[in-house]
Amino acid sequence: MGDIFVRFCRLAPQVLLGLALSGAGWAAQQLPLSDNPSTADHSRFKALQGPFSSGPEVTKACLRCHTEAAKQLQQSLHWTWEYEHPVTGQMLGKRHVINSFCGSVTSNEPRCTSCHTGYDWEDMSQPPPQEETAVDCLACHDTTGDYIKLPDQAGHPAYSTREVPPGSGNLLPPPDLTAIAQQVGQSGRHNCGACHFNGGGADGVKHGDLDSSLIDPPRSLDVHMSPEGANFSCADCHTTTAHSVTGSRYLTTARDTLGVDVPGHTDMSRASCESCHGTAPHEEEKLNDHVDRVACQSCHVPAFARGGIATKTWWDWSTAGKLDENGQPMTLYDEHGHPSYMSIKGTFEHGENVVPEYRWFNGTVHYTLKEDKLDVDHPPVRINWIEGSADQADARIWPFKIMRGKQPYDSMLHTLLVTHVFSPDDDSALWSNFDWPKALKAGTEKAGQPYSGQFDFVETEMYWPITHMVAPAEDALHCHECHAANGRLSAIDGIYIPARDRSHWLDTAGWAAAALVLAGSLLHAGGRVVATVRRRRKK
Amino acid sequence: MNRVMVFKRFERFWHWSQAALIFFMLATGFEIHGSYHLFGFGRAVSLHSTAAWLLIGLWILAIFWHFTTGEWRQYLPTTDKLGAVIYYYAVGTFTGASHPFKKTTQAKHNPLQRLAYLWFKLMISPLIWLSGLFYLFYNRWDQLGLAGYLSLESVALVHTAAAFMMLVFVIAHVYMATMGKTLFSLIKPMITGYEELDPPAAESSNIKPSGSSK
Repeated sequence: MGDIFVRFCRLAPQVLLGLALSGAGWAAQQLPLSDNPSTADHSRFKALQGPFSSGPEVTKACLRCHTEAAKQLQQSLHWTWEYEHPVTGQMLGKRHVINSFCGSVTSNEPRCTSCHTGYDWEDMSQPPPQEETAVDCLACHDTTGDYIKLPDQAGHPAYSTREVPPGSGNLLPPPDLTAIAQQVGQSGRHNCGACHFNGGGADGVKHGDLDSSLIDPPRSLDVHMSPEGANFSCADCHTTTAHSVTGSRYLTTARDTLGVDVPGHTDMSRASCESCHGTAPHEEEKLNDHVDRVACQSCHVPAFARGGIATKTWWDWSTAGKLDENGQPMTLYDEHGHPSYMSIKGTFEHGENVVPEYRWFNGTVHYTLKEDKLDVDHPPVRINWIEGSADQADARIWPFKIMRGKQPYDSMLHTLLVTHVFSPDDDSALWSNFDWPKALKAGTEKAGQPYSGQFDFVETEMYWPITHMVAPAEDALHCHECHAANGRLSAIDGIYIPARDRSHWLDTAGWAAAALVLAGSLLHAGGRVVATVRRRRKK
Repeated sequence: MNRVMVFKRFERFWHWSQAALIFFMLATGFEIHGSYHLFGFGRAVSLHSTAAWLLIGLWILAIFWHFTTGEWRQYLPTTDKLGAVIYYYAVGTFTGASHPFKKTTQAKHNPLQRLAYLWFKLMISPLIWLSGLFYLFYNRWDQLGLAGYLSLESVALVHTAAAFMMLVFVIAHVYMATMGKTLFSLIKPMITGYEELDPPAAESSNIKPSGSSK
């Protein structure tokens, strides 16, 4: 027995080492050997040997194997640009809404539809093209970064050599569609970012929490997307099934009570913090006591536009159209180098490290559509507005970028107006003719919108929920940012916030009582001293 | 004069640790209320909560001690000599009169003290405890079936009002503690436990010892 024990002791280190090694081997077997877990090498597919002379030709080749992909995509919001809101019944989506950036897609199609997940959608009054080959696979599945949809070709990339910028002599060959098609893969942040980072006319100007700094962010900017952090791509949270992507700005999950998302349990969407972090994510209980009323983002996204790229905070269209002394359009810059005036667009303000504004939000967003009457006597006019109040259990305090500016409206009919800003060739587009009456007449005619011919500009505001650029926990807001008299939540009503709220009557009475008792005590003490001194003198 | 143990070891421990906790909780509490910045809101909340649990623990010990020793009777209110004591603080203390109340181990608080401490024990403290516990467990109101009956605002205001009452009590109490024969003659026994007392004379017409003698 003793002999066995001694032998075991001699062997133990080797046994343990062996176990450790086999453990490591076991762990390695659980991980893919390379970064690419795909079971297909697309470069070996006959269908992808090319040559391809257009995007639709590539799509046709993709669909030979991925027979259902186009049908799936054509069901999705990325394709239809149309969303019937299940709560408000409003028909939303890019086909219908007017926003506070470039206005509306209608009448500006070949430019705006450069971000459509398809080709050749040139008329918003019609649904997108029905052919399956009109779907653009490469926009989302190109992994080379070379597939770039031209800004004004209704979704097509360049097919011939171009001079960029025009007149520069710098010749750019068209992308090699065959090479691109042979390297397709899962959607990465470049793919999503091509449109979602650059919406509104430039990098980061629209959302404030989405810009190209998220392609390779430091941990301090985005703890999830940073290579030093979780190194997530967009789709790791925006889980996608049958080409339908989760996460919505029209109907947001303002409070996810389902918690951690596991198969068979929840909605199979990881586009909420709770779907990974659960509903009690903090070690400290008092912090968990906040999650029913405060969105995670309110503390964990301390500011937006933190990656060194400014976001637009003010856009006044009313000043657009002024030309320089030579009759040429001009661009002026502010002290940070951001455009402050452009003849084609008007006056801008930009911001970096912008502190969000906080509002109750239950996830439902309403829009002022082009038929809706404006309350022009009480500006700002709401381009969209959010539902939510303290007495709704599904509402939480959310951070927002509130985009402000001035936009054209019909001063007789009191409606927002569809503006025709872009056209490569006609004489009415604002960006080439600098003539508001013509641009509005053309835009409303194209949209079939009633227009009195009288227009003016009204101040507008638009709500953009902030949810990206999640900072590391150590950079989350401290309690006193909100628990203070003039803290971040000063606009939040319907809830008592310690250190922010008090009864001024009670405070006055309380401090007065304490001061009176203190003063009385001091007077009494003074009296005692005087009386004692006098008595001693008498003696 | 006899040197007598007036405040036993536990009483002194209880008094001074309670005093320290109350001062600390006033400091952290009014920061949570937003009156000033000292520790920072988050730290103030956690310190205030920790101190609250310590004080609750101390109170449980003190209540046990008062009932097992019968010392609770020291706080039974009386009007006997109440007028005389008030008159002494208002007038006598300036004319050099002697205190109308003669302290004994059976009755160590004068009638004004009895009222003040009873108010402290039956009004200020319960108000501050209850409102504080409701405040602390705000997020459990649903489970406790209280959600429909309370609002955070009303609980917070009651707690604030009770804190102001506590502050007023503390100021008055500290000042009154200096009103013995000398500045520290009342404070010293609270530290050492011993005080020079006149031997209890049958004719001293003091308040009758209200408890059974131990």
